[in-house]
Amino acid sequence: MYKIAVMGDYDSIYGFSALGMDTFPLTEAEEAVRTLRKLANSEYGIVYITENLAGMISREIEKYSESLLPAIILIPGIFGNTGEGIRNVKKSVEQAVGADILFADK
Amino acid sequence: MARTQVNPTRMELTKQKKKLVSAVRGHKLLKDKRDELMRQFLELVRENMELREKVEAAIKAANVNFVIARAGMSQQTLTTALMASKQKLDLFCDSKNVMSVEIPQFTVKTKTADENDIYSYGFAFTTGDLDDAVKSLADVQQDMLRLAEVEKACQRMSIEIEKTRRRVNALEHVLIPEAQANIKYITMKLDENERSTQSRLMKVKDMMLEEAHHYNDK
Repeated sequence: MYKIAVMGDYDSIYGFSALGMDTFPLTEAEEAVRTLRKLANSEYGIVYITENLAGMISREIEKYSESLLPAIILIPGIFGNTGEGIRNVKKSVEQAVGADILFADK
Repeated sequence: MARTQVNPTRMELTKQKKKLVSAVRGHKLLKDKRDELMRQFLELVRENMELREKVEAAIKAANVNFVIARAGMSQQTLTTALMASKQKLDLFCDSKNVMSVEIPQFTVKTKTADENDIYSYGFAFTTGDLDDAVKSLADVQQDMLRLAEVEKACQRMSIEIEKTRRRVNALEHVLIPEAQANIKYITMKLDENERSTQSRLMKVKDMMLEEAHHYNDK
């Protein structure tokens, strides 16, 4: 049995705690890396993370793209949205196909 | 053509032929795997994009709702209201095997069956806006789950496709031509040896006949 975590700045994520997800309000890159490692090694199956925070620790996030769990999913926060979530989808298309043939216009 | 250093022997020839056969079979299989993976990936990635756009829009809308809710009450009230949640999500993860790629299948179970348990506060001190905000977030929860599933699947599949493509290319452009070149080289070399043995024998025969009958003297 797994749990769901949400990481990001407090204002963007506090609502998720009402749904029964565990929230981890953070803004510092270093702390985020540490927390992410801790979550990945414990029973968290999905980690939602705001694009803003994810932008600071993208290298750490990439490490988990190959493993089955946890799934680290970018969500938009209140501020600092980078469009990284959409870009990641495009990136996986590029990796698989060799060129972005599907969403080139988006 | 690229050829590796091989000994032109029959044993080596058999070995190279076997290598070629398995390389060709492997190439065919891997190519099929790549094509099928690609087909499934394209389907999945389209869904991924749609879901992502939907979820992002919904979360952004929910965030707006939360900002409004927050404007209507004090920070303390809000924090207390959401501090202890009644609801708890338990995530179950199965894995599905798609062309040797393990992809996760998530299901959630809420701790309590009552869907109103997302409102973890008394209604006396909070505004109705907060209820709306929490509700709007609860509505996207299912989509977020599916997004996690699909996005993870896409990530893993794209990695696998890349690997498979490399393997297919390596077989097609390196291993198979190499084995073919080796086989050609060995057959040529063996044929050449055979011809030279043949001519040597003929020459020896001539010499022996000459020795026995002394044709040239007559």
